[in-house]
Amino acid sequence: MPQVTRRDFLKISAAGGGAAGLTVLGFDVARAAQVKQTFRIAGATESHSVCPYCAVGCALVAYTRDNGNGTRTLLQIEGNPDSPVNEGRLCPKGATAMQLATSARRVDNPMYRAPGSDHWQQISWDDMLNKLAQRIKDARDATFVAQDAAGNTVNRTEGIAFAGGAAFSSEEGYFATKVMRGLGLVHLEQQARV
Amino acid sequence: MTNHWRDIKNADLILINGANPAEAHPVGFQWFVTAKNDPKRGPGSGGGAQIIHADPRFTRTSALADIYARIRTGTDVAYFGGLINYVLQNNLYHDDYVRNYTNASFLVRKDYGFADGLFTGYDVKGRKYDVTTWGYQIDDAATAASVASGLPTGGAPVAIAKRDMTLQDPQTVFQLMKEHYSRYTPDMVSRITGIPQDQFMRIAQLVGQMGKPDKVMTIVYAVGLTHHTTGGELIRSGAVLQLLLGNIGRPGGGMNAERGHANIQGNTDHAISWEILPGYLKIPVPGQKNLVDYVKASASKRNDPRSWNFFGINYRNFVVSLLKGWYGSAATSSNEFAFDFIPKPAKNSSWMSIYDQALKGNMQGLILNGMTATSIGPDSNRVMQALANLKWLVVMDPLPTTSSEFWRRPGADPKSIQTEVFMVPATHWIEKDGSFVNSGRWSQWKDQVIPPQGNARHDHWILAELFLRVRSLYQLQGGKFPDPIRALTMNYSDPSKPQLDEIAREINGADLTTGKQMTSFANLKSDGTTTAGDWIYTGSYPDSGNLMKRRNGIQDPAKNDPTGMGFYPGWAWSWPLNRRVLYNRASADLTGNPWDPNRPGIKWDAVQAKWVGDVPDYPATGPTADPSSPKAWLPFIMNGEGVGRLFSTSMVDGPLPEHYEPMESPIKNPLHPTQSESPVAFIYTGGTGNFANVKDSFGTVADYPYVATSYRLTEHEHYVTQHVPLLAGLQPYPFVEIPEELANQKSIKSGDRVRVRSKRGKIEVLALVTKRLAA
Repeated sequence: MPQVTRRDFLKISAAGGGAAGLTVLGFDVARAAQVKQTFRIAGATESHSVCPYCAVGCALVAYTRDNGNGTRTLLQIEGNPDSPVNEGRLCPKGATAMQLATSARRVDNPMYRAPGSDHWQQISWDDMLNKLAQRIKDARDATFVAQDAAGNTVNRTEGIAFAGGAAFSSEEGYFATKVMRGLGLVHLEQQARV
Repeated sequence: MTNHWRDIKNADLILINGANPAEAHPVGFQWFVTAKNDPKRGPGSGGGAQIIHADPRFTRTSALADIYARIRTGTDVAYFGGLINYVLQNNLYHDDYVRNYTNASFLVRKDYGFADGLFTGYDVKGRKYDVTTWGYQIDDAATAASVASGLPTGGAPVAIAKRDMTLQDPQTVFQLMKEHYSRYTPDMVSRITGIPQDQFMRIAQLVGQMGKPDKVMTIVYAVGLTHHTTGGELIRSGAVLQLLLGNIGRPGGGMNAERGHANIQGNTDHAISWEILPGYLKIPVPGQKNLVDYVKASASKRNDPRSWNFFGINYRNFVVSLLKGWYGSAATSSNEFAFDFIPKPAKNSSWMSIYDQALKGNMQGLILNGMTATSIGPDSNRVMQALANLKWLVVMDPLPTTSSEFWRRPGADPKSIQTEVFMVPATHWIEKDGSFVNSGRWSQWKDQVIPPQGNARHDHWILAELFLRVRSLYQLQGGKFPDPIRALTMNYSDPSKPQLDEIAREINGADLTTGKQMTSFANLKSDGTTTAGDWIYTGSYPDSGNLMKRRNGIQDPAKNDPTGMGFYPGWAWSWPLNRRVLYNRASADLTGNPWDPNRPGIKWDAVQAKWVGDVPDYPATGPTADPSSPKAWLPFIMNGEGVGRLFSTSMVDGPLPEHYEPMESPIKNPLHPTQSESPVAFIYTGGTGNFANVKDSFGTVADYPYVATSYRLTEHEHYVTQHVPLLAGLQPYPFVEIPEELANQKSIKSGDRVRVRSKRGKIEVLALVTKRLAA
């Protein structure tokens, strides 16, 4: 198939006069681009998402392909044309959401930095969760106030703070609140404040 | 937002303050442009909506505005105050609305006052107000009659206020606010804001037209208003103006915050915030011994015999349903539904106090879950010092952050930093399902598109695992008051891996007697037979399925937008009860007809004897809904007053918004130089050495004569986009934008490297010299 640069394309379009789909190359370039796009997502699974950046809440359509070995490849993310919010449109951030989804800078394993150390070391999930659970329990026991000086029941953990983000799902946020209040935390904050 | 993104197309006039939507919310901005291009919209005889943009910098939004007003940073209360004064002095307010739908007619106590920048009740030492004198004059006989009438109160107090419907009594809210804002003359506004008087008058004349019933204005704002010591006052000043013009509750109107992150709305609703529980229920405080005490202190009082006081009378139903959801069989009527399990803070425990407490040595551990500590707030060096004072720090994030690496930042000696740091790899939004709630309160469900990358785990699975391990440590080792930890419900098919679908059902709540999902929070009970993790989401997930998944959008407008107002009720789900415009009873007049028949929110259909249109913020049917019935409720059913509050009896900053200068302002407040700054802004006292008192880090005008502010670029969002190569390529460098006059004085050219200093730190960046700012 002949290569068509943008410059060639303009020339060809001029030659074709826009009258018919067929060009001097003997094929319909616009149709070819459409076919290429169709190949890209042919047989792909279509699923729905929402842009992870600002709170306009642009609806996204994502295309993936199962590779047959338990892995799945993300092929494309685009704006959902049905959405009353964005009508298919995306800004530069939303349009490059795929690069965030597939970032090579991801932290793949739990990492631990010891007191005074100048480097990270990889640890297992089990080690990390056990260490952390003990830290949380110790800090809670050390700073828990059951009654204040006036004799009021207050049941609060003063020495642990939790700050939540604004890019995880609502249900995760609710669960974080529930668990942290369950542990007695009073220092509970999130991105909305700052 | 009281309204939603698409609704901005319905406005005649768009006021934008503290925001730059064309840059920061560009896809939402299409609805501003739609209004501008619609000849039916606009002041006067139409011809397109007009946009007024007040901002210190000429931005992409200004470029599309009809009027750009260069406003001095932090002076928007004076701008709105001036508009309020203009509307009051020239009788341009919406008279029917103000008289019947606001508290203009309410009488305030005679010992209320304001002088030299202070409202009555100020405690100098505590830097706070005793708000007693801001209360209404109470009619004891009417209060007794209301109590005797048998209207349900749910344990919320009743205190019927005296009213003067003629608005002539000098103690009416109307007369008090008229006097208060009489100081905000065009000359004074110009002195404070820097906006030329003639330009301000042009703005005032446009805004003044918006009190007509067939015109409507929206106010749009972002963190340019909220991020101030006077943030609450800044927003309230806009809301007061909107109430005077009769624009709250109407399509094309409202007070609309553009939120900056995908799910700030959802996570605020679910109360990852120190002072609230899910659904904006107040956190109990020490001294409240039981639910009766708590409801009495927290729920709004019924201030009018015709006020439904819906939130107030249901407060107990909502909190008991929450406690029942969290503590299950351990929450019973004999133990106040485990009210003691809810921690009760001693004092302000907000964002800055986390670091304040760490500097004082009172904080052992901090968990940052999708949040960084260091790139946010006025003093990063102070925060870094606080992090070094912790025993341990947890960073749960898909990507490294400045917080996870704080111990090896330039200039730090890792050996001297004893904080243990855990980097916990969490999953991205696209690797899990669940909902995001946009600025317009639309809760949109998303799919899990791809599996987690590497060994990353979902945030809620990490928290569930941690919680279960802490629980088993308490079983093994014993420890302080383990009862709430033992009792917390984990009713998921796999408690270590809860499904977000299961959590969404829990948030919605269920009837424990029938086992059915609740369909409305109006049916929640206080006897322990119902649950609701967050009452404002009750109805989002009935037995028929998850309504947040709905996608009936613009593929078929005739079917999916039946009113033509852009509500799209079958797209996702909007809290509360799928209502698209809050307070929408106020979109119709006393007889139930829309103020503007071309832009109906809801209207009373006398034939069907019900409200039609948007989901009514009001009973839909029956004698309390029928406008012709003497039993019909007042329009603002969530307030104790039953009407919108021009004057607030409970805002801790003051009952009427007042202009105060920012903390390090180069000038004294022209209104009251002796009380220049906010009298109630929280001053942290910090720890030792350089951080002993935050006041020591305030610069003076002699050393730091220039005012700086920050803004957002389309290509970046906070710290995360630096990991996206295409975006980092488009905007690769930090820079400071400098007006030409200042650049000339300092001999700085665009592209030069310059040092920017405050008393708290310094940074070297590139200079960008433009005409967009003025010296």
